[in-house]
Amino acid sequence: MSAIAIRARGVGRTVDGAPIIDGVDIEVRYGRVLALVGPNGAGKSTLLGLLAGDLAPTSGAVELDGRPLTAWSPRELARRRAVLLQSNAVAFSFTARQVVEMGRAPWARTSRADGDERAIRAALAETDVAAFADRAYPTLSGGERARVSLARVLAQDTPVLLLDEPTAALDLRHQEDVLRIGRGLAGAGRAVVVVLHDLSLAGAYADDVAMLDRGRLVAHGGPREVLTAERIEAVYGTPVRVLPDPDTGRPVVLPRRALSA
Amino acid sequence: MTSRRAVVFTALAVLLAGGVLASAALGQLPISPAEVLGTALRGLGIDTPWAPSDRLVEQTLAQIRFPRIAMSLLVGALLAVAGAVMQAVFGNPLAEPGVVGVSSGAAVGAAAAITFGASALGGWSVAVAAFVGGFLATLVVYTTARSRGRTEVVTLLLTGIAVNAFCGAVLAFVLFAGHTSSREQIVFWQLGSLNGSRWLDVLVVAAVGLPSAAIALGLSRRYDLLSLGERTAGHLGVRVESLRIVSVVVVALLTGVAVAFAGIIAFVGLVAPHVVRMLLGPGHRALLAGSLLAGGTLLVWADLVARTAVPAADLPIGMLTSLIGGPFFYWLIRRNRAKAGGWA
Repeated sequence: MSAIAIRARGVGRTVDGAPIIDGVDIEVRYGRVLALVGPNGAGKSTLLGLLAGDLAPTSGAVELDGRPLTAWSPRELARRRAVLLQSNAVAFSFTARQVVEMGRAPWARTSRADGDERAIRAALAETDVAAFADRAYPTLSGGERARVSLARVLAQDTPVLLLDEPTAALDLRHQEDVLRIGRGLAGAGRAVVVVLHDLSLAGAYADDVAMLDRGRLVAHGGPREVLTAERIEAVYGTPVRVLPDPDTGRPVVLPRRALSA
Repeated sequence: MTSRRAVVFTALAVLLAGGVLASAALGQLPISPAEVLGTALRGLGIDTPWAPSDRLVEQTLAQIRFPRIAMSLLVGALLAVAGAVMQAVFGNPLAEPGVVGVSSGAAVGAAAAITFGASALGGWSVAVAAFVGGFLATLVVYTTARSRGRTEVVTLLLTGIAVNAFCGAVLAFVLFAGHTSSREQIVFWQLGSLNGSRWLDVLVVAAVGLPSAAIALGLSRRYDLLSLGERTAGHLGVRVESLRIVSVVVVALLTGVAVAFAGIIAFVGLVAPHVVRMLLGPGHRALLAGSLLAGGTLLVWADLVARTAVPAADLPIGMLTSLIGGPFFYWLIRRNRAKAGGWA
């Protein structure tokens, strides 16, 4: 097994007496893509916020590279892990390229600043945003913004990446692109955590799948073990059929639909 | 982009120089530009044949017009930077120091000093009271708008509204309680004026304002990141809370010291950064430097108009900036909204 990037032990978060995340133990490893799945309100974004260090756990602790998150300075953290949030509003009319350039901020005045130009160009190309790099970010469509924000995270060039629903606003092709990028990063030894709603995407691209339900971790393992029809039906409350992908054998999750008369 | 920046900065510098020269030359006592230059150079210890032979001309320039020009330049520059910083911190191009209550807090301080005849600090009592009032208002807004260790923008703006309303009521009471003469003084102070600026006043404003503006310029890269949102700025290594605290203190210092000596001069903090943003884009390094220059230029010209538009009368400059700034600002909103797809 590869080295552990993030380890959360018994981590919980309570807001106004209601547990949002409850006693979650999870390990994020270098070289692997971990998909966080679960129904709306299961606590996926909260868990991601805890792993990122944005939110302080009300119980338990989170470590990055064996060191408690609370012991890291913001600058140190920014050089070690990048985060893509669900909503990525930009307050002023910065161009897409300027937004991506901001991803390099943690490396300013370090020897790695020499790689700024290369990292930015690579990120723009990988996310397919070079064509509108000089347009103002607020004028872009939702999907375009999502890709520019992903490019910003890629330009940050960190060993750990936490992505909250990076595919939500994207078309079919760009959804696949994003997860291929994630796989490529994991192949290069990085740790990737990605919150996904599309269980088939999780099944196709993740090394590990963690399923949350009402703040608790109900399953964690390989896609085939976690994404079973019984478990999905129990957690999501809707009947599904899980089929093996004819090409890859990976699980494809289909809701069962009855034609109404 | 860099050539565009050079053009804009050069144009602003030329406009500013023209404004300074015109402002020194025009007035009840017309003075030729050559005499203006001659006096300025003599002040720097360089004797030229341009220096005026008339003592009155030289005194008018050195004692009245030059300090007033320097004051308008400084006050405009500081208010514009304060506006740009406030907009960066709130992530909203419509924010300005007046919104968080600095101006109305300062007005309460000044009005109280005038009405209750505070004179412990001599001629500067009103200025000091205005500064303290503005500073306190800012701190009250900032501390009460915090919850769970964070400051939410909506809460902050709403708190600003509450502080403004409260200060308005206190001001009304002070006006009610005061004598007719102090009432008049308060009203004119609120209208804003650069009349009677002295070199010592200029020195105080410069000593407080310029270091504060320099701090703001030093934070410009972090303001860029802040426009991605607080959390994302944090992910990129910015200590968002301390950045906010430093920025609020900087804004309070900039606005407080400007308002203390010049009264309430609205819209410079809105119009100058807006114009610069439209010309140079939203990057804060150019925006703050450009606002400094544009704010100074704007107020030098506004003060020239205030002094000379009506013969033998000194119009309140705050009235003038609002008269022009209000409609202009409305036009900006309409235009930018259509162009940039709303404020979000």
